[in-house]
Amino acid sequence: MKRVVITGAGTINALGHNVADTLSSMREGKCGIGALDFRDVDRLAIKIGGQVHGFEAEGLFNRQQMALYDRFTQFALVAAREAVAQSGLTFSGELAAKSGVVMGTSGGGMQTLDENYRTVYEDGKNRVHPFVVPKLMNNAAASHVSMEFNLKGPSFTVATACASSNHAMSQAFQMVRSGMAPVMVTGGSESMLCFGGVKAWEGLRVMSKDGCRPFSANRNGMVQGEGAGMFVFEEYEHAKARGADILAEVAGFAMSSDASDIVMPSKQGAARAIAGALQDAGINREDVGYINAHGTGTAANDKTECSAVADVFGPHADNLMISSTKSMHGHLIGGTGAVELLACIMAVKDGVIAPTINYEEADPECALDVVPNQAREAKVDVALSNAFAFGGLNAVLALRAV
Amino acid sequence: MSVKDKVIEIIAEQAVLEPSDVTLESTLEDLGIDSLGLVESIFAIEEAFDITVPFNANEPTESDFDISNVASIIAGIEKLVSDQA
Repeated sequence: MKRVVITGAGTINALGHNVADTLSSMREGKCGIGALDFRDVDRLAIKIGGQVHGFEAEGLFNRQQMALYDRFTQFALVAAREAVAQSGLTFSGELAAKSGVVMGTSGGGMQTLDENYRTVYEDGKNRVHPFVVPKLMNNAAASHVSMEFNLKGPSFTVATACASSNHAMSQAFQMVRSGMAPVMVTGGSESMLCFGGVKAWEGLRVMSKDGCRPFSANRNGMVQGEGAGMFVFEEYEHAKARGADILAEVAGFAMSSDASDIVMPSKQGAARAIAGALQDAGINREDVGYINAHGTGTAANDKTECSAVADVFGPHADNLMISSTKSMHGHLIGGTGAVELLACIMAVKDGVIAPTINYEEADPECALDVVPNQAREAKVDVALSNAFAFGGLNAVLALRAV
Repeated sequence: MSVKDKVIEIIAEQAVLEPSDVTLESTLEDLGIDSLGLVESIFAIEEAFDITVPFNANEPTESDFDISNVASIIAGIEKLVSDQA
């Protein structure tokens, strides 16, 4: 089996339009969540989110590209450009033929769906723009990343709701580890902050009207975000031979299914994924210094997740740090694991642990070190990134310092 | 604006050209308009004249609508507009 390292990272989200700004916001414990700004927001009960502001497609894409790219595709391309540029790779010949892109998204082109449903249902028009299908399809972002960077190997999109990015990155990891691909571009993107997107979530009654407070006793739900995170996963010898800067090693992963409930999380399912990732990576539980939690800020997730961590780590659960950066960037649904992997890279590479902000009141059911409100410096060799999706589909990645 | 001028304007915009660069003899291929550009042009024409253009991308030559050059497209649109009136 090959070793797999990360040689490029890119992002756009409510905390920043690139990795440097995002990590500095995380270090400062900044909150990217605020008032939502889009059409008909006054008809929503939930009016807050981690929206990306100040993003202009013009100048980044030509006119034909803008006509073809939903916002989730634009986010994916912006993040992929940053990641690929950092890696220093250009794809041609054999490298291009074997390298691909695996992306996660839950809603795909939701903005396009929303706008065009409005056109035919609300405005009563009988004609829609011809690009509706190529814009809204869930694989659009992966396809455009493949086209922009000449990635001609295995490429597809994974949809497992809130775990989509982690499942996608797990697939990419497996491909590089097995020797199938020397390089994979991978991550996730989501842009669900539109009237229909938020209205649908409202219906489930799991959203907070006033803020995301993971692990805090007074938490009252999740807050949606939007954006993308993209990475270059590269075979270690390939990266070393060309003298690439290595951000971290992807050491292992595991996936599991609760096989129990379509919305309620399961401690056993989460615990099996966490323990599985340690086993896959050959890591002792005592070596884990940081976990980027799924940490949605709902009553059910946070206590179930803490309980699963306590079960897997035993006494070491009290020594490790676990934080939810969703408190800052919101829940990016299918893109969330990708943005959260940045916090894991920051932990193992820079020794900075991103905080759980908005932490106000201890909850005895979440009695772990959740790094409340302020970032912390700590040497961490191994970090885990948890994602537990609606539908009971779990995926956990393990990163190791290089 | 006449039907002819409007159609030329739409095609020129799609081809990223000045309307004066689009001649009646130009084919879509000459103008660099690909299959997606064609369906986007037809959409814009339908929107501009509020008509339905009988064009199926699977059988472009079988359609009632002749797209062999700019003149044939204009003739087809003029007929659809006058049929509608």
